[in-house]
Amino acid sequence: MTLHSRDVMGFATKALLGYPVRTGLMLVAMAIGVGSVLVLTALGEGARGYVTGEFASLGTNMVIVLPGRSETGGMNPGAMFGDTPRDLTLGDASALERSPRVQRVAPLNVGSVSVSYGARSRDVVMLGSTHALLPIRHWRMAQGRFLPLSDIDRALPVAVLGENLRDELFAAEPALGQWIRIADRRFRVIGILASSGQSIGVDTAETIIVPVAAAQQLLNTQSLFRILVEARSREGIEPVKGFVENTIAARHQGERDVTVTTQDAVLSTFDEILSALTIAVGGIAGISLAVAGILIMNVMLVAISERTAEIGLLKAIGATSRQIILFILVEASLLALFGALIGLALGHAGAWAIRLGFPTLPAYPPWWVVFTVVLVAVLTAVIFSLFPARSAAKLNPVLALSRR
Amino acid sequence: MAFGLKPLKPRIRMIDISHIDRHFRVGDQQVKALDDVSLCIDEGEYVSIMGPSGSGKSTLLNLLGLLDQPTAGRYRLNGQDVTSLSDIEQAHVRNRDIGFVFQMFHLVPRLTAAENVELPLMLAGVQAEERQIRVQSALEALGMEDRSHHRPEQLSGGQRQRVAIARATITEPKVLLADEPTGNLDRQSGGDVIEILESLVDRGLTLLMVTHDPMMGNRASRQLKMLDGRMAQDNRAAPNDSA
Repeated sequence: MTLHSRDVMGFATKALLGYPVRTGLMLVAMAIGVGSVLVLTALGEGARGYVTGEFASLGTNMVIVLPGRSETGGMNPGAMFGDTPRDLTLGDASALERSPRVQRVAPLNVGSVSVSYGARSRDVVMLGSTHALLPIRHWRMAQGRFLPLSDIDRALPVAVLGENLRDELFAAEPALGQWIRIADRRFRVIGILASSGQSIGVDTAETIIVPVAAAQQLLNTQSLFRILVEARSREGIEPVKGFVENTIAARHQGERDVTVTTQDAVLSTFDEILSALTIAVGGIAGISLAVAGILIMNVMLVAISERTAEIGLLKAIGATSRQIILFILVEASLLALFGALIGLALGHAGAWAIRLGFPTLPAYPPWWVVFTVVLVAVLTAVIFSLFPARSAAKLNPVLALSRR
Repeated sequence: MAFGLKPLKPRIRMIDISHIDRHFRVGDQQVKALDDVSLCIDEGEYVSIMGPSGSGKSTLLNLLGLLDQPTAGRYRLNGQDVTSLSDIEQAHVRNRDIGFVFQMFHLVPRLTAAENVELPLMLAGVQAEERQIRVQSALEALGMEDRSHHRPEQLSGGQRQRVAIARATITEPKVLLADEPTGNLDRQSGGDVIEILESLVDRGLTLLMVTHDPMMGNRASRQLKMLDGRMAQDNRAAPNDSA
């Protein structure tokens, strides 16, 4: 006596179709569970993709030099002994250009200044750098030109404005060629940066950029905030990192008192954090899958108590306990499978809607989530239906048949 | 009718139970549903079991159908001791050797007449093509061929019981157990159902029928009367109304 799998499927399908309302509700529950997992993981993946993309826009093949040595926990051990780290200087930045692996170097100073034109005045973030900053950050000009190629220590009185700052200071007036005032000095506006949207760290639209030497005078400092070094290739990143460490150490009397990080390190940290986030939100949504599993168990229990007489009859005409368990598990699996498939459609539709609403978010559910979620849905259904199935198989046929 | 010429070949002992007890525990009381019942039934016999409610006749039928287990005693079906069989083996015996007809028909409501009749063959693993043929001929034999795609709710009581009889006999069992098969039917369809059952006896089936109705019960060639879980009367007299 072996049942044919086609017969089991047929019997289970007829059982599902025989109770359309209940089956429909279960499908909805399963579909919502599966769909929410898909939508949430798509959101997480979207966020990850967005951040990764943003980092790429900050610069590719980047090696970043920071003053001070950050050991475990970012502590500066020198500071404990009253020993301040040596400054990064413009000389250090120039020295870093002397390697064939280095594409370009941009020193960076950052400070808050007051900018005024006529009666209008704004407090903004000022960046001090060189002409190399524009290609390193992949920025574009809206008008005029960027900082000119000149000696790194020449404090030319020229400035490049972000678009918002231009609008705030000049309103409808033409800005190019006008003189503005930063603190107590006058600068000529030579270019307007095209707005590249909110980039991590700096809103370029609200920024003013001046030559690094001028920025150091305005901020009254000799030291640099960062040195951005762009390697010629991805493979060049590690050698350039070594070159930077050695060069700076040689200039700092052999002390390794700077921190050299790569864009990759920062990026992979963010990548890890956001992947963890994706798994976390996916896991939370997974709870709704478990809930759907418990719902299936309840529904199967109800189904069995409604069909007690039928199970008694199946026993009377020769169904074994195994066959009865099989019927119920297959019924539950079909329910879960079709629910999951509807959920996949829902989830993809949801992710599509997110992409439609937020075009910057590449919200696609990862393929492994799609695969896993269907598997988990069916497994949950089977596991949670084992108990009702066994209790059905154990029904006393005489009592079952006497029930109506 | 069940009584034409007696076959000359020796009768096979189809059912043989000896000293069967079936006790239930209700609260802290022991109820003796069957108390030391012994009975032998030969192949092809037509037996009615009568008695007041609670006399144990349904319990006896359930035990004979392997739906229930005796507390004590031995049961041989067609020469085989079935009390010692495993659950799976008992299920196979129910599928192959025993047919059940119930008062409530017990058709699966969402399946058509043909699908209901097909169920025992499906459980037995018979191929779909063969099942179709056997189901169709079974329904034709009962005059139900034009109702094969109807669901139970679209059938009259008498038609439902015919479908149930087709299902009970589709695996060609040796024994048919009928529990009040006419109890839910009007006089006309009840009579039709009895005639179908008797025609099966004519073809050699062993029929045991539990009934309240003396009119029905007296048609059997052998009439058992039960009282308080015991066999009170075993009457082999010829039926008084065989017309």
